Order: sequence, then C-alpha cells, then structure tokens
Amino acid sequence: MNDSSLTVPAKRPSQFVQKLKKGLTPLVFLIPYLTIFSIFFIIPFIYGIVISFFDWNLFYPEQTTFVGFNNYYRIWFDTSSIFYTYFWSGLKNTLIFVICSVPLLISVPLFLAILIDLEPRGFRVFRTILFMPTVLSISAVILVWKWQFYNNGGFINSLLTKLGMAEIPFLIQQPWAWISILIVTIWWTMGTNMVIFGAGLKNVDKSLYEAAAIDGANYFQTLRFITIPSLAPQMFIVGITTMLASFNVYGQPDLLTNGGPNFTTTVLMMRIRGLAFGANARAGIATAMAVSMGIIMIVLSVIQARYLRKRGE
Amino acid sequence: MAIKSVTKVRKRISFAILSFVSFLWIIPLIWGLATSLKTDNDIAMNPTSLIPKTFTLESYRDLFTKIDTPVMRWMFNSFIIAVSHTLLYLIVASLAAYAFSVLKWKNKERLFWLVLSTTMIPAVINLVPLITMMIDFNWFGSWLSLIIPGLGGVFGMFLLRQFFLGIPSELIDSGKIDGLGAFGIFTRIVLPLAKSAFLVTGLFAFLGSWNDYLWPLIVMSSENVTMQTLPVGLSKIASTYNYDYGLSMAAAILSIIPVVIVYAFTQDKIIEGVSRTGIK
Repeated sequence: MNDSSLTVPAKRPSQFVQKLKKGLTPLVFLIPYLTIFSIFFIIPFIYGIVISFFDWNLFYPEQTTFVGFNNYYRIWFDTSSIFYTYFWSGLKNTLIFVICSVPLLISVPLFLAILIDLEPRGFRVFRTILFMPTVLSISAVILVWKWQFYNNGGFINSLLTKLGMAEIPFLIQQPWAWISILIVTIWWTMGTNMVIFGAGLKNVDKSLYEAAAIDGANYFQTLRFITIPSLAPQMFIVGITTMLASFNVYGQPDLLTNGGPNFTTTVLMMRIRGLAFGANARAGIATAMAVSMGIIMIVLSVIQARYLRKRGE
Repeated sequence: MAIKSVTKVRKRISFAILSFVSFLWIIPLIWGLATSLKTDNDIAMNPTSLIPKTFTLESYRDLFTKIDTPVMRWMFNSFIIAVSHTLLYLIVASLAAYAFSVLKWKNKERLFWLVLSTTMIPAVINLVPLITMMIDFNWFGSWLSLIIPGLGGVFGMFLLRQFFLGIPSELIDSGKIDGLGAFGIFTRIVLPLAKSAFLVTGLFAFLGSWNDYLWPLIVMSSENVTMQTLPVGLSKIASTYNYDYGLSMAAAILSIIPVVIVYAFTQDKIIEGVSRTGIK
C-alpha cells in the first residue's frame, strides 16, 4: 500500500472490494505465464528427478518399478553395465568438446570484437557478416559445411588437391572429426559473444586509455591491462553461458560426424537422447544421466563464477 | 600527429584482418549458392569454382519434384509454428513482465528472482519428463508440443521486464490520473512505448522456434514427412541425399534465404538485443 495515488478515500463502502481488486490485479496478469511456466518448467524438473529413481517404462506404465539409486549406481560405478560405458564415454567426449571449444569461443570473438572496436572502414559490414551465421538453423549450417569437409569433391579437399596437397580425412578420422566440429561451432555461434564483447568495449572508460598513453603503455599493454580487465562483466556472462551451451552440444556431432569415428564424438546428449525415446528407451537411465550432467554443469558454473568474479575484482 | 598516424595504421591492419576473416566466413555460403546453380557435370568437374559455368535451376527443380523433400512445405510448417509461438509468447510474457515491473505488490521481487533462478537448471533434466507429458497430453507428434511448452521461457520475459522498468513513472502516474486501470495503462501507455522491446523479444522467440532441432526431432519423429519442421526435414536431406551436392545446396540455400532477408532488415535490433544481455 505504498502507492499513494491509488489510495481510496477512507470509509467508502467499496473499500474492501477495491483492496481485493488491487490484490488480484497482478495475479490476473501473472496467471497465464506462471501456469505455463510451472507446467513445462517446474513440474518436468521435479518429475525428472522422480523418474531417475525408477525403472521407467514409457509405453507400459504398469511395468514401471521403483529402483532407488540403482540407475545412478549403474551409470556411475557398475563397470559391467553398458550404461556405465555410455555415460563415461559420453561425458568424456562432452568434456573434450567443452575444454576445446570454450577458450576458442571466448578468444576468437574477443579478438574480432577488439578489431571491430577500432572502427576501421566498413566495420558495420564486417560485424553483419560475422554475426550472420548465428541466426541460421543447425541443419542448414551442417548441410553447407558437410559438403565443405567431404573427401570426394568437398570444397576444402578439392582445393587441397588442386594445390597438390594430400586430402584431409575431416569427418572420418580423429583429431580431424573434432576439428571439423570445432570449426563449424565457431563459425555458427561465435557472433553472439562477439557482439556482447563489442558492447562492453564501447563502455570502457576512455580516460583510462589516455592515462595509459601518458604512462607510455603500448597498444598491447593497454589491451592486456586496461581493455580486458574492463570487460570483466562480459567475461562473466560469456564464460558461463558459453560453457553451458558447449555442455549441451548435440546438433553438430549428431549431423556432422554421426558420433563417429568409432563413437569418439558421441557426446553425452546423444546418449541421453538415444535412451530417452525410441525402440531402446530406458527413461530412468536417461534421466539419471541427465540429472548427473545437470549437477556437473551447476557445480562447474559455480566454480567458474567464483573464479571469474575473483579475477574481475 | 604521431598518435593520429598510429591510429590510422591500426585501422588499416584491423581492416585487412577483418576483410580476410569475413571472406572466410561467407565463402561456405557462396560456394553453397554456386553449387546449387551448377549442372551436375560442372559440380563434378569444377568443385572449387565459385561461379557456375552455366547457370541452371536443375537442382531446385529436382528438390521441388521429389516427394520426400517438400522444402516449401517444411518452410510453411516452420513459419506457422514459429509465428504462433512468437505471438502467444509476446502476449503471455508481456503480461507477466508488466506485473513484474510496473505493478506494485508484495513479494514481487522475491517471486521474480525465484523464476529467474530456475534458468540455472539445465534443460536436459526436463527432456524425458516433457516427452512423457507430451504422450499423456496426447500432444506427441502434434504442433502443439512445439508451440506451447516454450511459452514459459524466461529470457524474453526478462528482456521485456527490463524494458518496462525503464518507462518513467510519471507516465504511469499520468495514466492513473486519467482514470486508467492496470489493464488500460498496459495497453494505452506501456505497449506503445515498448514497440522496439517487443520487436527484439519477438525476433528471439521467432528465431529460437524456427531453428529448434532436438525437440522437434524427438516429438515429430514418427510423423508424416509433410508435417516436419524445416530443420528436421533438412537433416533428413543431409543423410538421405548424402552425395547429391546440388540438391543439398539448393535445399540449404532455400532455407537460408528467408532468414537472411529477415536478418538484413532487423540486424540492428538483433545486435542491440544481444549486446543488452551482456550489460547488467
């Protein structure tokens, strides 16, 4: 009741009704959103944790049985179980992708954002081109890129052959399969981080640059000691969102390498999706994997947040 | 003078590097466009040329005549789904954003931060339960499963709220003096001021829906080919017509053109929206 302009003069008979109306108004505006939000975000989350404790049968609910922590035990510790292999190999592949992609998805866009911030001729055109792939769908991206990487008549290999060099087995041999996935990922998603860094660079206190120039700092020293530390808030957001996005990688390995060669790019999301639905569905195992992955993601982002915040200070 | 020339050199170097990188960035798309316009013979003989020897729409005609590659139909499906989703989301999310910003009530901040904090929960945990729920609702294989669940998304609601918070309170108060109720203030004062916020939020909702891959792949997997969304359909082309370069590129280019046109007209808004997510 701190809103004086709406206060009703005292002793009106309708005071109670007015008060009730005022209390209900926000609720009316919130109900559609909060209902959908609860049904499709909160309930599935709780439901997901419940399912992970069951041997869940999607199509014959009467065959579902409670198994306690057994699903977790099987994927984490039971070396004789196929799901143990699925989980650990999937997690390992996901972590390889996270560790390789995150530094690149921070350094490449940062470098380009710094160049654009110098505002050379046509910098808006460059920004438009470099950001453009982020609006494309993963399937369109893969459709174009797959044919860049192919061996017989693919663009890059044809170019190499023309220059008298040996073909590169991009999609069929490691480490080239990972390199292909990384190239596509950078091409497709880098733009978002570049724009976020660009906005941060616009806000850097220009008097700091002058002070550095007076102290005789060269361009790279200025970058190292002024520009990049000033980007701490952007680093924070970009670091965490990029890591979480990389954990969720699915489309690139699924469509580009189909998890190969020899399952080395089969990431955990592909295993979860394979077990979540279809002929070999094991919903309980799939959710136990999903919850485990979720916990790892939360723990790592908390650690990362602490680290980035400390560095930002 | 010395400083000025140093800046000039820096700009030149930056220009050179950015030209090179931008060239690398668009080459795959140019190659795709060129390949889609080449004859099969040209594709086989000159795989690296970026200009077709003779321009032909053969690959596009192939694409339109094959029954298992109805690209225009997929585009239509994706368009209807993305537009329905976007319009509904703008209504639902803006009403909530209004309650979380302009309206005054107890526990407003607390509830808002509670909603916001759920974005920390990785979406992967919700995947299997959502599948089960879609089966229970009888929405599995229906477009409803692609339009409705995302309406609870937090990001756009958050963007709208941030914008509504920036509306001067004098304007809101003047509405009250004119005798407008909460809904009147929303439609007469807030909405007209928030056009650009709606555009940005709408663009993100549209692109998110238009580009979604994993979820429609799961819920629409058993459906007829004509009911698929564009990303799922395209992924089928990538696996079925594995070595038909011309056909694949025609499909890719067709699907990219509308998005690139939308992007060309709205890129300032999109870039502004993205850069705003980094400043808090």
